[in-house]
Amino acid sequence: MAAAEIPHDEQALLAYVQAGGQVEATDRLPEDYRSKLIKFIEMHGNSELMGVLPEREWIQRAPTLQRKLALTAKVQDEVGHAQLIYRVVEDLGKPREQCLADLVNGKAKFHNVFHYPTRTWGDVGVIAWLVDAAAIISQKALLKCSYAPYARIMKKICWEESFHILHGRDVVLALVTGTPEQFELVQEAVNRWWGPLMQFHGTPIPKEDDPMFHWRIKSQGNEEARQQFLEGYVPQVLELGLELPDPKLRRNENGVWEYSEPDWDELKHVVTGHGPCTEERLAFRRRFLEQETWVRDIVLAT
Amino acid sequence: MNELLLGLADDELVLGWRDSEWTGIAPVLEEDVAFSSIAQNEIGHARAVYQLLTDDADALAFDRALDEYRCAPLVELRLLDWAHTIARRWLYEEADRIRIAALRSDADPAVSGLAAKIDREEVYHRMHAEMWHERLRDESRFRDAVAELWPYALGVLEADQRAELARRVGLEEVAAVERGTHTDELAELWNEMTMVRRSAPAGAQW
Amino acid sequence: MSADHPIYEVFRQERRGRPFEHAGSVAAPDAEFAEAWAREQYGRRGESVALWLVPRDAIRTVDEWADEFGLKYRRVDGYSIKERLKEARERASARAG
Repeated sequence: MAAAEIPHDEQALLAYVQAGGQVEATDRLPEDYRSKLIKFIEMHGNSELMGVLPEREWIQRAPTLQRKLALTAKVQDEVGHAQLIYRVVEDLGKPREQCLADLVNGKAKFHNVFHYPTRTWGDVGVIAWLVDAAAIISQKALLKCSYAPYARIMKKICWEESFHILHGRDVVLALVTGTPEQFELVQEAVNRWWGPLMQFHGTPIPKEDDPMFHWRIKSQGNEEARQQFLEGYVPQVLELGLELPDPKLRRNENGVWEYSEPDWDELKHVVTGHGPCTEERLAFRRRFLEQETWVRDIVLAT
Repeated sequence: MNELLLGLADDELVLGWRDSEWTGIAPVLEEDVAFSSIAQNEIGHARAVYQLLTDDADALAFDRALDEYRCAPLVELRLLDWAHTIARRWLYEEADRIRIAALRSDADPAVSGLAAKIDREEVYHRMHAEMWHERLRDESRFRDAVAELWPYALGVLEADQRAELARRVGLEEVAAVERGTHTDELAELWNEMTMVRRSAPAGAQW
Repeated sequence: MSADHPIYEVFRQERRGRPFEHAGSVAAPDAEFAEAWAREQYGRRGESVALWLVPRDAIRTVDEWADEFGLKYRRVDGYSIKERLKEARERASARAG
């Protein structure tokens, strides 16, 4: 559809995107749509960038050269995703410097899972496998985002995430077929990460009540995403002989996964900046952001 | 064991480890991605050289005692500021170019072939280092960092190669900080590098 | 709406012979940095055989058209070949018959 045909009238544009239409960076966006896009996409960028911090120290501790390379490449992808995503936000009107400043000053959000510590090599496998799996489900749904520049970068992001899941699963498989202590590393990590994983997709609000669904920024409801995750990955976890720390978790006769109510208070508490590692990680980022301001001043000056 | 090759491999392993310390915190996101590729290449070079020397590259990389490593002090230094990091990259690539050029004419075709491969990848490392060098060369903190690291850089090379390095970078040859003694920083690095591996019996799979 | 440093648009070619497709953009002070950075962002997993880097300012967008009088003869669907071909074939077989 040529630019001239995209309706400028807000109601008409809303109908257009709700019918599956896509919008470009050069189209005139209503303020509500534009600000929601920035909020949503910025949070994604922040999450990719903050996701680096729990994992980077394990690059340094990787027990083989192959694992070191694979993990470095995975984390590199995440920084790359942040770059792609912040470029989209910048073209929507919020400069990267502002996004990063808001992030390190605690004014912007990022996903719950990146507020938690990583304790063992077991975490490395579980994160790359299950956390990335949970993320890719949301990311695949975003391929249909009404804002085309974001939908397009999701294609590269999803392609790269698929490598991560393979890597994560391989790490887990090596551990569960190794020594009893190595098996225990995975089980212990699964026990710790299961709660945050169940919270990851958000509360089960109907998508019609989700502000991000209005303009078709999101096209998938939170519960739909969680069900997809459980359907795909619970069997994969159980078939390795691992247990999941939820006695209520089961697939009912209608094919719907039932589970213990996730701790929604914990989720809210964490994403508003009170996670176990939030302060420390933001402080770490802030330190280097400030320390290297001189580099950006020189290099990005033309 | 070929001390020269082991020194090269250990330099690349440890420098790759140091360069990976910038993961996620480099000054510009685009640079973070590019810098990570350099670190990965370094680990790849280390692995390829270890594979010339042994069947079990991981064991050689990770299972030696601290004093068995042959890396130069330059790569052991913890340099968590960009001026020093780029100064080290630039000096190391200049030194390594000379070392690799010599290895390209090694009598052993496995060595000369590998040196040629490494050299082809390092073309991009050199371009990257030169690109930053051009932008930073007038900054006093960069010049100070180069001056500080210069004796260490000389220690990367054999004595008879140092005059050429001095010529290339335009500095006077001085007394080098030689290989042979390790810094405390390497002990800390080694500890972290091997902690997961040491947590399981030798030969465990990962 | 634009950043205060130059943006380079990146076009990537996935395989030799294929078209170059827009893949994203990098913010870079000059072409040299843009190349160093785009090289890794769009090629590190071997997903591109070639890249074009173009300063955003150099790109002219064309996205508005006028076809007020429906000049369909410029497009294939402006011709109704089917009808005439059927007619011509019928006449030809009548002559032959």
